[in-house]
Amino acid sequence: MPPISRLAGALFLGTFALASQAGALYPLDRATILAGSRFDIKVEFDAASPESALSVKLNGKPLSAEAGRPSQYVERENGKAGSALIWRDVSLATPGVYTLEASDGKETMSVSWEVYGTGARKARNVIFFVGDGMTLANRTAARILSRGIKEGKYFGKLAFDDMPHMALVGTSGADSIITDSANSMSAYTTGHKSSVNALGVYASRAAGNLDHPKVETLAEVVKRRTGMAVGIVSDAEIEDATPAGMVAHTRRRSDKAVIAEQLFQSGADVILGGGSAYFLPRNVPGSKRKDDLDLYAKFTQAGYRVAGTDSELGAAAKDPKTSKLLGLFHLDNMDGALDRHFLKKNTVAKFPEQPDLADMTRHAIEVLSRNPNGFVLMVEAGLIDKFNHPMDWERSVYDTIMLSNAVQVARDFAARNDDTLIIVTPDHTHGASIVGTVDDSKPGSDLREKVGVYEEAGFPNYPKANAQGYPERVDVSRRLYMTYANTPDYYETFGPKMEGTFVPAIRNGDEMIANPAYKDVPGALLRVGNLPRKGARAADQGTHTADDGLVSAMGPGSERFAGFIDNTEVFRNIVDALGLAPQQAKAGKKAAVKARKAVAAQ
Amino acid sequence: MSSRRQFVRGGLAAALLQPWLAGAQEREAPVLRFDELYGAVGPRGLSFSARVNELRGRTVRMRGYAAPPLRADARFLVLTRQPMAICPFCSSDADWPADIMVVYCRQPSLVPGGQLLQVSGRLEAGSATDPDTGFVSQLRLRDAEIVRS
Repeated sequence: MPPISRLAGALFLGTFALASQAGALYPLDRATILAGSRFDIKVEFDAASPESALSVKLNGKPLSAEAGRPSQYVERENGKAGSALIWRDVSLATPGVYTLEASDGKETMSVSWEVYGTGARKARNVIFFVGDGMTLANRTAARILSRGIKEGKYFGKLAFDDMPHMALVGTSGADSIITDSANSMSAYTTGHKSSVNALGVYASRAAGNLDHPKVETLAEVVKRRTGMAVGIVSDAEIEDATPAGMVAHTRRRSDKAVIAEQLFQSGADVILGGGSAYFLPRNVPGSKRKDDLDLYAKFTQAGYRVAGTDSELGAAAKDPKTSKLLGLFHLDNMDGALDRHFLKKNTVAKFPEQPDLADMTRHAIEVLSRNPNGFVLMVEAGLIDKFNHPMDWERSVYDTIMLSNAVQVARDFAARNDDTLIIVTPDHTHGASIVGTVDDSKPGSDLREKVGVYEEAGFPNYPKANAQGYPERVDVSRRLYMTYANTPDYYETFGPKMEGTFVPAIRNGDEMIANPAYKDVPGALLRVGNLPRKGARAADQGTHTADDGLVSAMGPGSERFAGFIDNTEVFRNIVDALGLAPQQAKAGKKAAVKARKAVAAQ
Repeated sequence: MSSRRQFVRGGLAAALLQPWLAGAQEREAPVLRFDELYGAVGPRGLSFSARVNELRGRTVRMRGYAAPPLRADARFLVLTRQPMAICPFCSSDADWPADIMVVYCRQPSLVPGGQLLQVSGRLEAGSATDPDTGFVSQLRLRDAEIVRS
């Protein structure tokens, strides 16, 4: 047995040796890439070397020859790091395994990728719903409130409850088991893993947000390779991470002014949501731009109809001449269903004519379906997440009901021809669970003692839902008790926040503390949290979790949603349904038979 | 030496005078509240309220929370209606609310974030970009003084 000091020395050397190999290759090892899609290849060496010393080979052949163009060479990236080579807009047309090897004579690195083709086109349209942060507890609570439950049996199902295919989806990113909405949407829309806060890029060591190696997005590849229409709908800011994922390329999702421009450049046919502040030039009060760009003017010049209210949206969509439509209904995020339909809090008084997500979905389909080549529509219920974060579960659940209504609109459309793939998925989860009920009729004033678990929980007494599926009262005497596992310090009030969205914690000096505004709510209980109070990631609200999401799907191509899938496979399933890289037709009948035999043998 | 004494004497006089001056300003200057900043609101932007248009160019008093400082040497501070839990300058997913007041103080002053302040200054309305930071604002208080902190 070696002396401990020698062992420690060996371990240290091992660590040092690893640390010195800081080079990187993008796309990352085990990337799966749609045949013919565009992506950048970047090689980062740890040391600075002359270009002549660098060698990069794809399947043993010089990459520049294979890519059909030379690379861009940077001797000292960011003025200090090692050398880098980058090839922009590469595409590999032939499916197979590709190995990229790079060397500067001192350091050798390699990665392998799978380039895949697709079957023939199966779906005319794809409607892709993202319930941002939609956790199982959101679905269950929405079903209880919207459909009702008695003696353990529900009186009905949500629109995505009885889809024939479903899968668990893994949401982790390249940098962390915990993802954010930018990173996870990027996986859905590019088929490549990315990192927290990044959209349509691999997070490399480049200093500039827009300089990282890019990967093509769903909207781009559909626009480039088909004549299909593309729609992007969200009730969050339209430049927020999830809708941005359809088109954007930046290391930082906070580049919202840039993302608004990228939305315009994408040529997406229908764009509906909030976030108009980034479409206004800086001289207009309410603008969040730092320049004089007027994106409203750009869209208008490009032939888009523009809507700012529910009624304008309806009129624009109804006009058979409308094929391009920009609808922005709020400077910021739109308001949620509980506020718009019932409580009239938050910013509803200032923006009284915001459309519902179900109506936005209906009107988007109305316009997009005018394209004879079919369409891809992404609809985000973004506020499910915006309300799960501050642990305002009632608002998140009313918005889950709203998502169900939007999905029903899509199902009604799909039922006409059965040629539309519908997918409903979260992009990540929250630490939310339904633990029982809170019953005001129990004796005493201590609300904690009114929490019922097991048989004491019984069933809540929300009124029967209205025609839109919403109970018209949320502050009932026996209500659900839904809580969150990962929290800052906060005051638990055991009831809905009738005056506006919950603000669980605020900053006090260099740390987050429970928001004292709720301290004197009768029966409020201080819950000491478990998330960091200090530092860059000090939490003033709940955070995302790594728990799998549940994805539901129906229509042509939906059978690929089964078992556990990685979030990049959602992209693969979409492009397969759309037949974006059909192989059998090219390979001929003989190869098709061979392929079928190979599949059968598996 | 004498200049130092003068400075000390001047500083002392200023220190003695300040509460009186501040008190006078406080008594005279009209109060502008955060909910009085904008009139019409919509997706195509905001318009200044009649009260802001009336008070343009005049010294007004405002009460609000100092946002976490932009930079230690920033020439201005941002006053908000509610305390900002997250610093929009350092957080990737936070944005400023629309109803903020940018305050350029006569004397540089570093105020910790989250502090409730009373500020008086000359009201300026219209888009302007801070030359040092690129920060765009619609409403500002110029030559401002922190009256009570």
